[in-house]
Amino acid sequence: MTAVHCVTPTTPEDASEVMRAAAATATNVRPRGAGTKFGWGRPIDEPNLEISTARLDRIIEHNEGDLTAVLEAGVPLQRAQEAFARAGQMLTLDPPLGDNDAATIGGIVATADQGPLRHRYGACRDLLLGVTVVLPDGTLARSGGKVIKNVAGYDLAKLYAGSFGTLGLIVEVIVRLQPQPVKQLTLMCETDDAESFPRAPLLLSHAALEMDCLDVGWRDGTGTLMALFRGAFPEGRAQAAARLLEPTGMTVTTTEGVAPWAEQRARQRASEGAVVRVSGRATDLFTVIECAQRTGATLVGRAGLGISWLSLPASEPNTLISAIEEMRSELSPRACVLLDAPEEVRAGVDVWGREHDEGALALMRRVKSRFDPAGLCSPGRFLGGI
Amino acid sequence: MRHLIRELEAICGRERVVTHAHALRTFESDGLLHYKGTPLAAALPDSAEEVQALVRVCHDARIPWVARGSGTGLSGGAVPVDDGILIVLSRMRRIIEIDLENQRIVVEPGVTNAEVGRAVGPGHFYPPDPSSQIICSIGGNVAENSGGAHCFKYGFTTNYVTGLEVVLSNGEMATLGGKELDGPGYDLIGVFVGSEGTLGIATKITLRVVPTPETTRTLVAYFDGTDSAGRTVSDIVAGGIIPAAIEMMDSLSMQACEEATHAGYPPEAGAALVIELDGPEAECAPLFEDVIAICEASHATGMRIAQDEAERALIWKTRKAAFAAMGRITPNYYVQDGVVPRTRLPEALRRIDELSEEYGLKVANVFHAGDGNLHPLICYDASHGGEPERAEELAGLIVAMCVELGGSITGEHGVGVDKKRYLSKMFSEDDLDAFHRVRCAFDPGGLANPTKVMPTPRLCGEVPGPYRRHPLERAGLAERF
Repeated sequence: MTAVHCVTPTTPEDASEVMRAAAATATNVRPRGAGTKFGWGRPIDEPNLEISTARLDRIIEHNEGDLTAVLEAGVPLQRAQEAFARAGQMLTLDPPLGDNDAATIGGIVATADQGPLRHRYGACRDLLLGVTVVLPDGTLARSGGKVIKNVAGYDLAKLYAGSFGTLGLIVEVIVRLQPQPVKQLTLMCETDDAESFPRAPLLLSHAALEMDCLDVGWRDGTGTLMALFRGAFPEGRAQAAARLLEPTGMTVTTTEGVAPWAEQRARQRASEGAVVRVSGRATDLFTVIECAQRTGATLVGRAGLGISWLSLPASEPNTLISAIEEMRSELSPRACVLLDAPEEVRAGVDVWGREHDEGALALMRRVKSRFDPAGLCSPGRFLGGI
Repeated sequence: MRHLIRELEAICGRERVVTHAHALRTFESDGLLHYKGTPLAAALPDSAEEVQALVRVCHDARIPWVARGSGTGLSGGAVPVDDGILIVLSRMRRIIEIDLENQRIVVEPGVTNAEVGRAVGPGHFYPPDPSSQIICSIGGNVAENSGGAHCFKYGFTTNYVTGLEVVLSNGEMATLGGKELDGPGYDLIGVFVGSEGTLGIATKITLRVVPTPETTRTLVAYFDGTDSAGRTVSDIVAGGIIPAAIEMMDSLSMQACEEATHAGYPPEAGAALVIELDGPEAECAPLFEDVIAICEASHATGMRIAQDEAERALIWKTRKAAFAAMGRITPNYYVQDGVVPRTRLPEALRRIDELSEEYGLKVANVFHAGDGNLHPLICYDASHGGEPERAEELAGLIVAMCVELGGSITGEHGVGVDKKRYLSKMFSEDDLDAFHRVRCAFDPGGLANPTKVMPTPRLCGEVPGPYRRHPLERAGLAERF
């Protein structure tokens, strides 16, 4: 293992020069933000060079009237949100931010991380208007723009969102903002009836309630359903939701504010044990809860979207590995991606899973080889050895 | 050539391979009539397997091909390549599955946008609504990343496609995504949607649909000019209201629409805004009052509030008929699709007025004001010597202005052939090089819609295995692109 040499460019042009120099000497490179999701992806050998975005941390533009912003990749999301909040605006992206709320916008985009607001506003891919990247050969390239509607050129922002540093370094993103809500109401209810609980979120997701978030949780035999209503007049919608839930017999409470959501977000991560993200359908919730119960995992999920995080408690690596394998065989063909886990566990399973469409995987390999023919950027971290 | 046609006929059957010159004229253009092409043949496959077989034949014979849906595109994207094959997907119009529990619908590419809406209604709806929705196909919507009047609130096609089955130019098939979100790997759906037929042919499309809003409120407000109408748009959005749609029409386009539909637009108005709010009644009703108040504060000269669904439908029919109605006031027109940041709208409209005066050509403006997407319609008479050229020159200046104001050359019509010469106003050579890499990953042979999007033709080099510098490069005598 070679010692990692770390450089911290201060401009996109600097970053491009660094990457060009690395390519010229066939040096392996790993892009780095705040490092809050460093353990995600397949474990790989330490690279020779790390390019950190720590000093690419300027909020370049905040166009209040247009509800857009241009951010360098190293801007911590929390800092950007504070700046937007001063103008009564926000970026509707709320993933867990890691220790000291350090997660950077670039790192969040590169891992396509997300939070409860995904329900209404979509994922990183849906919030990005444009992106500037340094390709593995040092080319500085831009795609998209600053307007919310734009179909000129290929949409590289979507390609780079969730690419885990395997296609180069994201140096700048352009995002669409939303006005901050006047009022926020959180609806919550609980039950220990695993049979009927999974139907409850469907009652809400099929109604025209314009919820910002619709999440579920399952732990220690208790299911929690939570919905967030925001806007100028959210009361009527929250009441309508409560009425829809009446047949379930659950006691519904509605509180002002968003306090319960922080914990929900936090449960997508784990400093010990292992977290598996399941890409399912809204109607899979029953099966996923059963699977969680059998494997001793707790669950948080975006109920309307069918995405769940199963969190296994700390245990011996082999125990975790067999629990993950059990989840995969029970939930197949749904994708189960391993996120947080000890290194031995990540080395013992394929974090991305094994079932991929052959055609799609072949295409991904061709994309990688066109962008990074020498395989210098985070080689092996992605699925299929990409 | 005869041999090739026989191969196509063996795949689709003789009656579904069009080769007669007069029959091929049906397919010579898309919605932008001044670009034309004549293919060797047009084939109308019935299934993904037939599409795959057709593409394989083209691949083996090194023949370029163009995929076409309903042909309503407005950038020449579906114009056939001379000496290529046109693959027309309008026969593939099966709705494969409606899964409302999971809010998905799976369709073949030839299904129209409106058919999708009908299939999932009335409880759900499919938000992207291009004006041509009655005939335009979902496959075409995917290729162009189509928007429409309601995308300001709801987003574009790219925000609704969760799965694609695609045939690539080497004849291979790939399944990208499905009903589920966040499958591992690169977001190839995100790259494919909006790639204008240059990356492959989508043969099966999975779409997300959403619950139909409880209520919809629509009004038309009249202003003395586009300046005050433009400011009203900014005031509404700045007030934290996200309307389902805000559309602007200037006096010239209103005049055309009025002649076509007799909707009752006042002849003296300088501009009109169509504003629609949708959502839960409890939220929508008070916000609609706010919108009315903002219009009044911005000195609206009049307002018409839709009292029922019939009146709402008339308002939209009038708006969506705008392009077609232009025939009433001009023999020919040229439509552009530039975008500016919303706050620059008043400035953009003023500059269009100045250019219009300078060139002595009328320009009608009818557009999606919420997202700054202009649709200047440049009126000209092709029988007047030099006018078509002047119209095109004027269009080019409008596009350049959009880019200068921080916008885009196209918001929803696509680059196609029509705007490829403008692409380098927005993107550097390095940006275009990155785009080209995407294209080479999907279509290294350059057979899929080859003359579209990129301003200059480019070839893909081979990239087998790790990159090794060529001796000429090492010697500094050549560079790789």
